[in-house]
Amino acid sequence: MEIKTMKRVDIIFAMEGVDPVKVVENAIKRDQDDIILDMIDSGLKGRGGAGFPTGLKWKFTRNEDSLEKYVICNADEGEPGTFKDREILDRVSEKVFAGMAICGYTIGAREGFIYLRGEYNFLLKKLNQKLSVFNAAMKKLGLDFVIEICSGSGAYICGEESALFESMEGKRGEPRNKPPYPTVSGYLGKPTVINNVETLVYACMINRLGAEEFKALGTKDSRGSKVFSISGDTPNAGIYELELGMTVDSFVQEFGDGDTKAVQVGGAAGGCVPRKQFTDTVIGYEGIPTGGSMMLFNSTRSMYNVLHDYLEFFTEESCEQCTPCRVGCQQLLMGIEMIKRGERTPAYLEDLKKLAKTMKISAKCGLGQSVANPFVSIVNNFKEEIIY
Amino acid sequence: MELINLTIDNKAVKVENGTTILKAASKVGIKIPTLCYLGLDDLGVENKPGGCRICVVEVEGRRNLAPACATNCAEGMIVKSNSMRVLNARKTVLELILSDHPSDCLVCAKNGNCDLQSMAQDMGVREIHYQGEQSHYKEDFSPSIIREMDKCIMCRRCETMCNDFQTVGALSGVHRGFQAVVAPAFEQDLVKSPCTFCGQCVAVCPTGALTEVDHTNQVIRALANPRKKVIVQTAPAVRAALGESFGEEPGTLVTGKMVTALRQLGFDYVFDTDFAADLTIMEEGTELLDRLTRHLNGEENVALPILTSCCPAWVNFFEHYFPEMRDIPSTARSPQQMFGSIAKTYFADMIETKREDLVVVSIMPCLAKKYECQRDEFSVDGNPDVDYSISTRELAALIKQANIDFDSLEDSDFDQPMGESSGAGVIFGTTGGVIEAASRTAYELFTKKKHERISFEELRGFDGIRQATLDFDGLPIKIGIAHGLGNARKLLESIQDGSCEFHAIEIMACPGGCIGGGGQPLHHGKSSILLARQKAIYAEDSAKPIRKSHENKYIQELYDKFLGKPMSEKAHHLLHTHYFDRSGSDIVIKKD
Repeated sequence: MEIKTMKRVDIIFAMEGVDPVKVVENAIKRDQDDIILDMIDSGLKGRGGAGFPTGLKWKFTRNEDSLEKYVICNADEGEPGTFKDREILDRVSEKVFAGMAICGYTIGAREGFIYLRGEYNFLLKKLNQKLSVFNAAMKKLGLDFVIEICSGSGAYICGEESALFESMEGKRGEPRNKPPYPTVSGYLGKPTVINNVETLVYACMINRLGAEEFKALGTKDSRGSKVFSISGDTPNAGIYELELGMTVDSFVQEFGDGDTKAVQVGGAAGGCVPRKQFTDTVIGYEGIPTGGSMMLFNSTRSMYNVLHDYLEFFTEESCEQCTPCRVGCQQLLMGIEMIKRGERTPAYLEDLKKLAKTMKISAKCGLGQSVANPFVSIVNNFKEEIIY
Repeated sequence: MELINLTIDNKAVKVENGTTILKAASKVGIKIPTLCYLGLDDLGVENKPGGCRICVVEVEGRRNLAPACATNCAEGMIVKSNSMRVLNARKTVLELILSDHPSDCLVCAKNGNCDLQSMAQDMGVREIHYQGEQSHYKEDFSPSIIREMDKCIMCRRCETMCNDFQTVGALSGVHRGFQAVVAPAFEQDLVKSPCTFCGQCVAVCPTGALTEVDHTNQVIRALANPRKKVIVQTAPAVRAALGESFGEEPGTLVTGKMVTALRQLGFDYVFDTDFAADLTIMEEGTELLDRLTRHLNGEENVALPILTSCCPAWVNFFEHYFPEMRDIPSTARSPQQMFGSIAKTYFADMIETKREDLVVVSIMPCLAKKYECQRDEFSVDGNPDVDYSISTRELAALIKQANIDFDSLEDSDFDQPMGESSGAGVIFGTTGGVIEAASRTAYELFTKKKHERISFEELRGFDGIRQATLDFDGLPIKIGIAHGLGNARKLLESIQDGSCEFHAIEIMACPGGCIGGGGQPLHHGKSSILLARQKAIYAEDSAKPIRKSHENKYIQELYDKFLGKPMSEKAHHLLHTHYFDRSGSDIVIKKD
């Protein structure tokens, strides 16, 4: 397997010599299909966590025969341990806007929306000011594309793309049945590209730098770099852009405090990598994928408490629509509590693991399906901490 | 139409593009179990949130399981509905639902009639492995409907009926996560919501979360009280559905047995609401002709079209949502209330009994009737015209509790004078029936000619909105018909914006009219049952010797001896009402 060593990169936040409006101006001189070919060639995958190839998403939406299409920037950054999109929007929002405008031009959309996490409303004023300048610049370029901001109200589930559409349409934020996918039927039932904040910046930069330069970074399955939100037991908490394809071990050597026993990769919905697996686990789509959250835990932390927190979070944030998630999360939570109190035997953990696996295959959306990731990985690797 | 080939459980199926796996499976005899799914095809109602996850199946090449109700077939698809993986997941999901359900089946109103209970039996659940928390919500009592949300499984069927079909918008998801519950906005009680008490939520609830307020005990007490004379009236739609509660095929008429059973229960007089339906036609028909004549004479500001007013859920609906149009509906009270009013005056005098010593019970296919009979305007000095309104389901329960073997009963006839009715009174029970009944009488009163055909077939059917033009001897009378409040809303909006013009409109809140009422035996998602009931209603009409309300000799006698003529001052006082603007106010309920 291709493995990279830890390397810092500066693409997302770099502004020197980058004029986002100029990037759009150059892009719209090109043929839309060429832009899509470049995007596919770059190997860029969705940076929100799911990792769907961005170029394909744009292509599918472009191929849809509809007069109305939309570009949506998913800025409902709610995954515990993730805070990179806030920083991107604060520091380089024009690059996000540019990514949206290029996407709009490519797929044939005239409207774009930024669905901004409710807790990020403090950014609203600044973003709107920058947007009015940007929208005017697009008009000047002759590009029929306007971006608006739509504010969320604080539900984790609304980061799920179809629940986000429901929320934007003024309805209760609940995921839809899929298929149809957003490329066919998204916001208002129209073909929609919905991309993460970071993905859109990379889209902008691939148009600025060319696919080759982006592709040169990372591995075959995980091209490019990624912005990480690093937190927990680390002396260097913060936001870092790193090349994809490094091992957890090389990551921990840089960011750990020397006593790291586990890294939770990908937020509460991600998987937990214990020390014994650090060297064998690659951070990337071929190994452990992540939306950017890296939480480090040292030996003073109880993994029972970690798991308990995550389960409490999911129990509260489940949309309630489907049984596996609504009741399942709560059962897992109560289950480990009962084992801890000695009301159920440790053997009950096996029942709970079975339940988590059933949730993975039967829940309606990514939320319920991914609860098994932290549950199974923490229970398997820290069984004693859960029981005693 | 493009056809698609797939296999389900090794059986080859060919279906039209856009067909769900669930429907494709049913074509080859595979009954994939469902809980949240509700499909009333004849009404265009579909609830498939893909929420319960009971119907999950394995689709080759797909990472996770697919909900059969919400996944469309694709060419070459290979589906397994009963693999180990599916069975395990399905049973686990069902156990999860049951883990958050009070297991008080033996004392639950839905015992024996509950989709969740049948599912647990079919799946062979003998143990619930998971013992987490159970939800607890406060119970909500309204005059018609009880919400016991501890029993809710979040199937959202009630929401689909309330919001999509009825456009009432009283129910929706509140909160999220394990705390989530289906409730009126801000988790208020139903009485503070725009609920019309149509009971369609109750009619589709798969568990005991939504049930009717049970008045059977009050009825039993009244029957046991020797100082009270207890009289009963039965609505037309009841006889076309009551049999289902005793194992009869849907659409079996049990009028005669029902009368016998009521007599055995101890009612002193067994009367027919159809009699009052005939009376309604006399009043409403006269009102229509009056407005029509004034309109034809060039009088301005005549409130047309006239809207029927016999459906109490519909009355609640327009009082809430169209209060500015409240001068348009007929002022005629509903048959239930006309009956009560006449029973406690005319009939009370006839049998020389004081009003206070008479108890009037109505058997209705409807839950909104429970609320209607409690309205202040329908009582005299605190004594209601109709004391208790019980549903078809409650009557079935009463009959069972009284050890009456319904199947073996002989037929018998209603008592007189308030048991006689024309066929016109009978067809009140289905959509289009009231306006057809009114037309039979209005035609003859207006043209002074006999209408030889009797039936107005053009007014019949099952489409949500129907229109027809009747020929009143050269004068075209435009009729509109809607069943379902969502359809009613569309029709009203088309009048408001001037895109449609009618002389008269019939509106029924429930699908199919009263035959699909919220108090009827549960249809469990089979709209064919409603069609069978409709057929039965028309069959009873055809078999009646009298088919027109104005030919009912007991009605004629009532006018001769008591009321004078239709819309007389006395009739106004006893048989007409007025409406309120409830757009901003809560419904006020009386405490027992």
